[in-house]
Amino acid sequence: MTVAQQTRRRFLAAGVGAAFITAATGLVVPARAQGLAPTPTMRGGANNYRPGAPIVERIGGGGFWMTGTVRRAGDGAPLEGIRIQIWAHTTEGHERDPHSHGATLTRADGTFRLEMPQIVPAFGQPHGHLAYDDPAFQTVFLRPVMPSPRDISLSAHFVLQPA
Amino acid sequence: MLAWAAVAAAVMLPLGIAAASPLMAWRGPVYIAACLAGVAALGLILVQPLLAGGYLPGLAGVRGRRVHRGVGLALVAAIVLHVGGLWLTSPPDVIDALTFTSPTPFSAWGVVAMWTLFGAALLAVLRRPLRIAPRLWRPAHSALVAVTVAGSVVHALLIEGTMGPLSKTLLCALAVAATLKALRDLRAWSPLLRRRA
Repeated sequence: MTVAQQTRRRFLAAGVGAAFITAATGLVVPARAQGLAPTPTMRGGANNYRPGAPIVERIGGGGFWMTGTVRRAGDGAPLEGIRIQIWAHTTEGHERDPHSHGATLTRADGTFRLEMPQIVPAFGQPHGHLAYDDPAFQTVFLRPVMPSPRDISLSAHFVLQPA
Repeated sequence: MLAWAAVAAAVMLPLGIAAASPLMAWRGPVYIAACLAGVAALGLILVQPLLAGGYLPGLAGVRGRRVHRGVGLALVAAIVLHVGGLWLTSPPDVIDALTFTSPTPFSAWGVVAMWTLFGAALLAVLRRPLRIAPRLWRPAHSALVAVTVAGSVVHALLIEGTMGPLSKTLLCALAVAATLKALRDLRAWSPLLRRRA
C-alpha cells in the first residue's frame, strides 16, 4: 500500500514537472523557430455565418464596439484591407438575422473596429462571432466570450496563414 | 400543506423569475418557449424524487408512483420542447451540442442528461411489456436518474441565462437533496448488493 502511494506521488510529481517544462518551452520554442503562429478557428465560431455579408459603417443602432487586429503568421506584420465579418445575438436581433451581420476592413496598422448593437447572452454565454473568409489567407472563425454581459466592447485577434 | 407550498414555490419561483428576465426582451417566441421548457424541466426534476419517495402529502405509495409516471412523461416532453426550440432558434449550435463539439461546456452535460432521461423513461415504459425484473429495473432506472439529475444541475448552473442565480442554485440544491434522499430511502441499489452477497 505504502509502495503504491509513493509510486503514485512520484508519478504525479514527474507529471506536474513535465507539464511545467512543456508549458515553459511551448511559450518560447515556437516563437523562436517559426515566428508568430496562426490563430486556430474556434469551436462553434462559424455558427450562423453568412458568406458575403456587406461592408457597413455600423451594424444597426450601435452602442457596442467590436475591435481587434489582423496580422500575418510568421513575421506578425499588420495586414491592411482585410475583410472581417462580425455577427452576434444583440438587442436588435438573433445571430441568424441578416441585419445582425456586417463586415469591416482593417486599417494600415492592422486594426479594425465596428460599432454594433449591445451583445446579450444567448445560448448560455454572451459571445460574438468573427470571420476571415477570403482567398488570400486560410479561413479563420473566432467566437470570443465576454467576461461580463455588461461589457460594452469585445476584442478578437487574428493571425492569418497565407493560403 | 406547507410541503406542497414549499415545492410549488421552489418550482414556480424560478419559472417566474426566468419569464421576467430582461434577456427575454431580445428573444423570439420559440426561443422563449425553449428557455422556459428547460426551466420547467428542472422544476419537474425536483418533483420526481419527491413523488417516487412518497414525500408529498396525499401522494404516498401507489398514487405517488402513478403521478411520478405522468410527470416523467411531462419531463420528457419538456426536454423535447427545450431541445427542439433551441434547434429552431439556432440549428448549428444544437448540432454542436448533440455531437459533443460545442464550445460551451454546459452543452455536453445537458445532452448526457437528456439521453439518460430518455433511457430512464424508456425503461419505465418497457418495464411491464418486457417484464423487466425489479432487481434489474430499480438499479438501472436509479442510475440513469442519478446521472440525469447531476447532468441537469451542472448544465443549469454553468449557463448564463434567464434564470435568477439564487433561485436556480436553490432549485438545483433541492433537486440533488431530494434525489439523494429518495435513492437512499428506496435502497435502489440493494438488489445489486444482495446479488453479490
